[in-house]
Amino acid sequence: MNMTIKHHLTDPLLMAYAAGNLPEAFGLVVATHVSMCDECRARLASFEAVGGAVLEETDTCEMAEDSFAATMKRISDVPEEERITAPATTAEDALLPKPLREYVGGDIDAVEWKSVGGRVRQAILPTSKDASVRLLYIPAGVAVPDHGHRGTELTLVLQGAFEDEADVFGPGDVEVANEELEHTPVAAPGHDCICLAATDAPLRFSGLIPRLAQPFLGI
Amino acid sequence: MTEKDTVDTRWSEMVARVKTERDETAFAELFAHFAPRVKAFLMKSGADPALAEECAQDVMATLWHKAHLFDPERASVATWVFTIARNRRIDALRKNRRPEPEDLTWGPEHEPEQDEAIALQQESEKLGTALAALPEKQRMLIQRAYFGDMSHSEIAEETGLPLGTIKSRIRLALDRLRHEMK
Ligand SMILES: [Zn+2]
Ligand SMILES: [Zn+2]
Repeated sequence: MNMTIKHHLTDPLLMAYAAGNLPEAFGLVVATHVSMCDECRARLASFEAVGGAVLEETDTCEMAEDSFAATMKRISDVPEEERITAPATTAEDALLPKPLREYVGGDIDAVEWKSVGGRVRQAILPTSKDASVRLLYIPAGVAVPDHGHRGTELTLVLQGAFEDEADVFGPGDVEVANEELEHTPVAAPGHDCICLAATDAPLRFSGLIPRLAQPFLGI
Repeated sequence: MTEKDTVDTRWSEMVARVKTERDETAFAELFAHFAPRVKAFLMKSGADPALAEECAQDVMATLWHKAHLFDPERASVATWVFTIARNRRIDALRKNRRPEPEDLTWGPEHEPEQDEAIALQQESEKLGTALAALPEKQRMLIQRAYFGDMSHSEIAEETGLPLGTIKSRIRLALDRLRHEMK
């Protein structure tokens, strides 16, 4: 767990995730950050407690006549061995937190990087289409092209650090960018930066070259 | 009832009995209380009555099978049931996968600290009371958000929810857990 995280998830993101109403791509960034940050884990649990209170307050509605018996049958229909959940495996030396490893199909060495030019590499992860999420590999000192945002962009640092007009973001930090932010993230010198970035609308690139390349990059 | 007993504490005792003794009477009580709420919750989230009934049965069956995963130091039973129902809804209505954070679990031998568990259940009840006391308009917005009817960009930055003390409670439990994991 990381004790030096300065930039956390916002309340609306945590609440929407607790409510189960965040695009899958954003959900992956939230789940990954929460795996690294006990502060947000506690905030998430308190938003889930609101869900518990909402459920408790909901008016009841009538169950089917045989509902309880049908449920007991569902219970006995599950073979005993399926009821046992495997103990949580904690891979202490993995770089990627568990939710991310599940999408990659392994740790960082299993990522299938594709070059996007300027020595920057990316790997798009499969999620539902309402938003997209990718791993980005930015060599030390290299910049991601200057861009603005049409929707929301979440960028979570997994290794190294990047700096933009807003601040410096280190391991575990998450930057929440929206329409108001136009930025040029640059990987800090000395250490290559790996981050997880999700967007719910295509980025707006300022330069001509990246704009031409945009359909190919899928950003 | 002693002073420390709360309704929520009673529910967590029922779950403990389902876990250790496979107690059907305790389960029937949990079912009578939670199943009709889960069904109503799913219908408000857009499920038709038949699907809501089926999913509510599933949610209650999951409660039975996963009773050993319930942690009374970190959540009330209502909260835990809510998360199961929410996940079932994502699965049934949105057909999406839900990325889940890495689980933090006490060792297999861990017995919940009664005082910690009771304190958390009390905080949950206080949160429920505070929520009920919110102005009608704000309470409706929160309900809509939890029925899956509002996107993150529609949820205002300042939620105005009194989450301070329950958050500190959960944070304390996490700190103890991290300490034990070392
Ligand atoms: Zn955080
Ligand atoms: Zn950006």
